[in-house]
Amino acid sequence: MKDINVLMVGVGGQGVILASDAMAEIGMAAGYDVKKTDSLGMAQRGGSVVSNMRWGEKVFSPMIKKGEVDFLVSFEQVEAARWAAYLRPGGVAIVADVVVMPISAMSGAFPYPGWDEIKTTLTPATDQVYLVPAIRIGQEVGNPKALNIVMMGALSTFLDLGDEAWLEDIRKKVPPKFLDSSLQAFHRGVEAMKSMK
Amino acid sequence: MKQLLAGNEAIALGAYHAGVGFATAYPGTPSTEILQTMASMEGMYTEWSVNEKVALEVGMGAAYGGVRTLVIMKHVGLNVAADPFFALATTGTNAGIVVVTCDDPGEHSSQGEQDNRHFAKFAKVPMLEPTDSQEAYELMDRAFKMSEEFDTPVLFRSTTRISHCKCVVDVKRDRPADLKKPGFLRSSAKYVMVPSNARVRRIAMEERIAKLRDYVEEFPLNEMIMDDPKLGVISSGISYQYAREVFKGASFLKLVTTYPVPEKLIRKFAAEVDKVIVIEELDPHLEEEVRLLGIPVEGKSIVPIIGEFNPETVEAGAVKAEVLPAPIETSTELPPVQIPPRRPQLCAGCPHVGPEFVLRKIGFDSKIKPSPTPREMTEKEIVVTSDIGCYTLGVYEPLGALDTCACMGASIGQALGMEKAGIPNRSVAVLGDSTFMHSGITGLVDMVYKQGNSTVIILDNSTTAMTGHQGHPGTGISINGTQGPQVDLEKLVEGIGVKDVNVVNAYDLQAFESTIKRCIETEEPSVVIARGPCVLREKIKWTPFEVDIDNCVDCRECLDVGCPAICIWDGQVQIDASVCVGCGVCAQVCPQEAIVEKKS
Repeated sequence: MKDINVLMVGVGGQGVILASDAMAEIGMAAGYDVKKTDSLGMAQRGGSVVSNMRWGEKVFSPMIKKGEVDFLVSFEQVEAARWAAYLRPGGVAIVADVVVMPISAMSGAFPYPGWDEIKTTLTPATDQVYLVPAIRIGQEVGNPKALNIVMMGALSTFLDLGDEAWLEDIRKKVPPKFLDSSLQAFHRGVEAMKSMK
Repeated sequence: MKQLLAGNEAIALGAYHAGVGFATAYPGTPSTEILQTMASMEGMYTEWSVNEKVALEVGMGAAYGGVRTLVIMKHVGLNVAADPFFALATTGTNAGIVVVTCDDPGEHSSQGEQDNRHFAKFAKVPMLEPTDSQEAYELMDRAFKMSEEFDTPVLFRSTTRISHCKCVVDVKRDRPADLKKPGFLRSSAKYVMVPSNARVRRIAMEERIAKLRDYVEEFPLNEMIMDDPKLGVISSGISYQYAREVFKGASFLKLVTTYPVPEKLIRKFAAEVDKVIVIEELDPHLEEEVRLLGIPVEGKSIVPIIGEFNPETVEAGAVKAEVLPAPIETSTELPPVQIPPRRPQLCAGCPHVGPEFVLRKIGFDSKIKPSPTPREMTEKEIVVTSDIGCYTLGVYEPLGALDTCACMGASIGQALGMEKAGIPNRSVAVLGDSTFMHSGITGLVDMVYKQGNSTVIILDNSTTAMTGHQGHPGTGISINGTQGPQVDLEKLVEGIGVKDVNVVNAYDLQAFESTIKRCIETEEPSVVIARGPCVLREKIKWTPFEVDIDNCVDCRECLDVGCPAICIWDGQVQIDASVCVGCGVCAQVCPQEAIVEKKS
């Protein structure tokens, strides 16, 4: 059983924690020992959110060491750069094309870097850097809140569990009203990633 | 049955399966989810108490009354509850009572960092600390048995990373079918702490700790894991998990009974290894216990005394102290991209924004740039003492409207103190409705009693917002969401003796400003209740606003509101309609009237 370290990052309100909770359950169902922990502080109010998720034979620390993240899944562009140092050499960075301006950037005190610049923080560790067109997918499936499911779809293509393990969890959790658009969001995430690989 | 449980959920379930019938708490990160989890459990009495002191006193009553009781708080909550905690340590109990303290190393969501393990030694009560959710679940049952067997409260200590880490838990027990019937065993010698009785109980406390010292030697969850004898690591809590990760192949002594410690077990472990180190977050609690046994030990010379650990901090410390060899450097230098910081901020439409914007405007000299260096105040400036809650985020620019934040309820006393000390500036105290109920009331009583003339501003959003919208006496909403009697805020402050009581709409900047300006000039205490709903809780969405580009002169004064819906896009100030709640505060700030309701 290979250890898998996933760091999910984003901004309060984007559904990072729901996604990592779901992943932890999927890992447990697949027979892994699982630990996950979130750092959110006062994040509901617009701060950075980071969720450490580990699957393995036996997991001790819930926190992933710097340079040992296999999958950096960022729900927001600049957050990927904030956590770039955690990526292991040869790891995978999956970044949503979403931009959530921090107040510090709105006032002009700190310019918000462009994607090309953000990407330079990830490429020293890996050439597997993917920008997922999550905004468009959200609009097209008619559910921008399904961002976290799009990202789970994209990540699922790297993990050998089959789509059904993920879809089952989505069906269990998502209210009926949003189920169709959520399932679509998952598939669109899978497709988007497969087309980039 | 295997379940994925956060530490807080495991504590709740463990207590429930231990036959707990009564649980009280005041919400506080990282402890809040414990009581929230218990609220829906059948056969439980749960309450959000008005503060931690009351939570513990209510809990004492229940435990004296023969019902197993859990009382939950964050680390600083135990400061508030310290008085009944020491009293309970003296009297002992009837049914088991466990006090959970959730410490917050690294101050993720707290005004300070403190190591509450000191409280166990201080109050002479036993302490247990789990290393993961599984142990949290299992320890609860033992904690209650210990409490009853040794006639003592048990301090159960968690930290952010235990409380908020989900792990796989094998749930082995169920709730006992028949619980003891409630009933108080009358005994003034045990429960009435007049000096003559307290002196007798004082002896019992020392005898109790002596017996506990023997008891913990056989405690099954303390564990020696022997491997390479060159290095022996003693650890507890989450630090144990990091140590296992970092010191691969070393020998370990994992302690869950961290006060009193199992002395013989520690000696036995130390005798079997060449070098003993202690890996623990915050203060050198275990290190000092080990050193007292005459065992050469290193701890804080290796790992920091400040802040939360992670595997890096433990490894870096060990490498620096030459306990571990330096790792082969694999990480590459990252390019110097400037990443904009992302501080927490008040939500779009938050009713605290308007009042804090006004306080900045009328209380702070606009000619003086904000700076971390203390400075003299100018004549017309107003001191804004503040408190614990969402509104504390108003300390950050661009609002930057606060002068103090110490602990729950302190704002009122501080304002009175400044006034009585004779500072030349006027002062106002700012606190929320929940904080006022928690411990602001007594401050206001003192202000009236001492004939102070400060103005107390209660930002009333009718909830305890920061910890996730718990009810409080002012809302009358119970933990299960049922509506009960409400304490009337206006009548309460009038009853205390405040004659100048004002209620203003929190979104009406002009009304708030004129009220405050009038109140601070009067020579009597005044209260201004700025009322507006928590938009997050009420999921409010009024008509959003937009910038009328033809009238906008790009003065950017609207940015001073610090609203997450307002941003500069392509050089033009814009309002993100999907984020805007439609509170209209920015429209009142705009000197050009260029912010208008969005036409549908």
